[in-house]
Amino acid sequence: MKKAILSGNEAIARGFWEGGGHFANAYPGTPSTEIVENLMKYPEIRAQWAVNEKTSLEIALGASFAGARSLVAMKHVGLNVAADPFFSASYIGSTGGLVIVTADDPGMHSSQNEQDNRWYALHAKVPLFEPTDSHEAKELTRQALSLSEEFDTPWLIRSTTRISHSLSIVELGEREEVEIKGYVPDFEKRNLLPVNARKRHEVVEERTIKLREFSEKFWGNRIEEGEDSIGVVANGISYQHAREAIPDATFLKLLMTWPLPDNLIREFASKVKKIFVVEEGDPYLETYLKAMNLGVEIIGKEKIPMTGELNPTIVREALLGQRPSYFEIPRIPHRPPALCPGCPHTPVFYILKRLKANVTGDIGCYTLGALPPLSSMDTCVEMGGSIGNAYGIEIAEAMKGLDPRKKKLVAVIGDSTFYHSGVTPLIDLFHNNGITTVIILDNSITAMTGHQENPGTDVGYRGIPKRRVDIEKLVRGIGVEHVYTVDSFDMKKLKEVINREIHRQEPSVIIAKRPCVLLPQMKKRKYTYAIADPEKCTSCTLCWKLGCPAISVTKDKKTWINPDLCVGCGVCIDVCPVDAIYLADPEADNARKAGEEVLGWVKKQQQ
Amino acid sequence: MGKKTTTVIVAGVGGQGILLASNLLSEAAMEAGYDVKKSEIHGMSQRGGDVISTVRFGEKVYSPIVGLGEADVILAFEKLEAMRNLPYLKKEGMVIVNDYRIDPLPVASGYMEYPEGIIEFLKERVKTIALDARELAEKAGNIRTMNVVLLGVLSKNLDIPEEIWLQVIERRVPPKAIDANKVAFRLGREVAEKAFAGV
Repeated sequence: MKKAILSGNEAIARGFWEGGGHFANAYPGTPSTEIVENLMKYPEIRAQWAVNEKTSLEIALGASFAGARSLVAMKHVGLNVAADPFFSASYIGSTGGLVIVTADDPGMHSSQNEQDNRWYALHAKVPLFEPTDSHEAKELTRQALSLSEEFDTPWLIRSTTRISHSLSIVELGEREEVEIKGYVPDFEKRNLLPVNARKRHEVVEERTIKLREFSEKFWGNRIEEGEDSIGVVANGISYQHAREAIPDATFLKLLMTWPLPDNLIREFASKVKKIFVVEEGDPYLETYLKAMNLGVEIIGKEKIPMTGELNPTIVREALLGQRPSYFEIPRIPHRPPALCPGCPHTPVFYILKRLKANVTGDIGCYTLGALPPLSSMDTCVEMGGSIGNAYGIEIAEAMKGLDPRKKKLVAVIGDSTFYHSGVTPLIDLFHNNGITTVIILDNSITAMTGHQENPGTDVGYRGIPKRRVDIEKLVRGIGVEHVYTVDSFDMKKLKEVINREIHRQEPSVIIAKRPCVLLPQMKKRKYTYAIADPEKCTSCTLCWKLGCPAISVTKDKKTWINPDLCVGCGVCIDVCPVDAIYLADPEADNARKAGEEVLGWVKKQQQ
Repeated sequence: MGKKTTTVIVAGVGGQGILLASNLLSEAAMEAGYDVKKSEIHGMSQRGGDVISTVRFGEKVYSPIVGLGEADVILAFEKLEAMRNLPYLKKEGMVIVNDYRIDPLPVASGYMEYPEGIIEFLKERVKTIALDARELAEKAGNIRTMNVVLLGVLSKNLDIPEEIWLQVIERRVPPKAIDANKVAFRLGREVAEKAFAGV
């Protein structure tokens, strides 16, 4: 048997390939991104990036209509975006196997909430698998494809950060070749007019009964015999934590967590004196078990934390009262992530801070502009939220009889986020006579999740040419007249345009444009660096306020620029009022020049 | 170390090559016949934030992570990160620390001070090997072998044969960097040998 050490996400991709998968798409989102990224490596599979999660599910569902085995992957909050087609897909069922992967993020390593997406399975009546390691992630994905066809239902697989981004050993199998059936219309099944949908709901309820029977016999739901004093019920990564913390207990391991196997649960309960339910997030299993009236004591969220991630130590302390023994440390500086040296977002936030603008923000690298010293973003809600939020503030201020322009309102959104869900709120703002200024930070890539192409890119994975959606034309197409594309590194111009537009009594859009400094074409070059002359430096702190990781402060409060980190973008040179900063080699390559070359960026684009 | 699970926390700053180092360690452990699990955090932490990767190996490994007071070794690429992760170490555990400083943003922008005397702080509490891995990497002929120098030190403290380490390095490192990486690995092992001779 061939073995490999794979992450959960690599394993899900492998499972889809082994299971004869044909088509996959996704909008990138941590911790789910690497699933489709890895699927792009299999020549038998067509995999691509979608504009958002809702669209990705609609496309995968369409592919399933035509009999292709399809997969769509998203982070937990992505399923909120895709919830509308998700609920309908449950009624419609699947022709080609349809797998939806939700990667939840307990502990919020890279998310705005820690919602527990198991409820979606229960809510939409879609069967749910939860792997506890990479091998199971692969096997469950593979099997979900044929099960989805057998039971005529989309299949939900829930991973979490510690499944998706943990590596463990996987036994590899071969690919099962499955033919794409081809599209055959089925009006009663796929057109959810009320007359059809009523019948489909009946079908869903009958299907649920069959799935419940399946869950009873499914290999992934099983009792692991141990001592009878303690029984543990656990799902996903919590199973591994609990197995380590309480190794001698009797376990009810559940890989299929909707519908749950009632008879198996009763059998398990009859074998043990007390039940611990170990689960991250909500008391999903616990609520179910407690409602079953099992006649045994059940302990769950009374002791297990509702927030954050679990680990074996937390489980041991919560359930067995074993306190860990460890070294304490004094308070030390934290190390928050920061915008990179040479990041084109930095000058924009620096200017917004100087202008004392009120900024509604959005999701991406640029959310880091909220952190000190840039500290120039008031809100961050969800993908695409910034424009609607700013427009809402404008409305309320105006209703209070105030001039909303006095608040210097700006919505800031990245290029990928704008395509994802920023276009519709801009249409709303424009149509309903809003005047809020929108700044689109266009760095020509989806950067935060590791550089996936988006509609603004003209080349896709493996160099496949793609049609580019021009942001400026798109915005002008909506009808916005005041649209200005400005080089993010031209700080003088940028400040002038932003200051003018935030006072304008008409809607305006500023596109701050510069390629991400981490683009492969940018990254592989060798750059010169900037030097700060300590004799000239007056310790005015202006360059420190850029929050550039290459800039630090010496003991005698002078600027020092780390040559290992600096890419010579020269933004600090522009900021310095006494010309104390200069490039080590003005003739050598630097990130500013590189950016201009890489995008073929020409100044004449400016107005 | 036998049946018991060994836990190594590899800690440092985004961009230091932590994930490559923990991949090499995981692969070496798998080749040596152990069950292996590794966990890491992607996303926000890649933008110059602190990064930790946990590698666990043994006869059968369940959880891919550990809580407070559970790790056997902390392998730190930066000294402030060694200190930050100390609470995860067993009282009888060991710290291998690169005597190298990268200022975090609150220090760089003048809001906070970088703590003095971190190496002494560690040595007072726990078995600590401190080294200048950057200097040794330069000696090996490639500054980017810093992570392999540190793996060399670590390797002396784990039950994984040297040949397996060298095979994994050969397989995973770009062909033209193999020699420098092997030298770096050996330099790291020498540091560990000297440290034990001195005990």
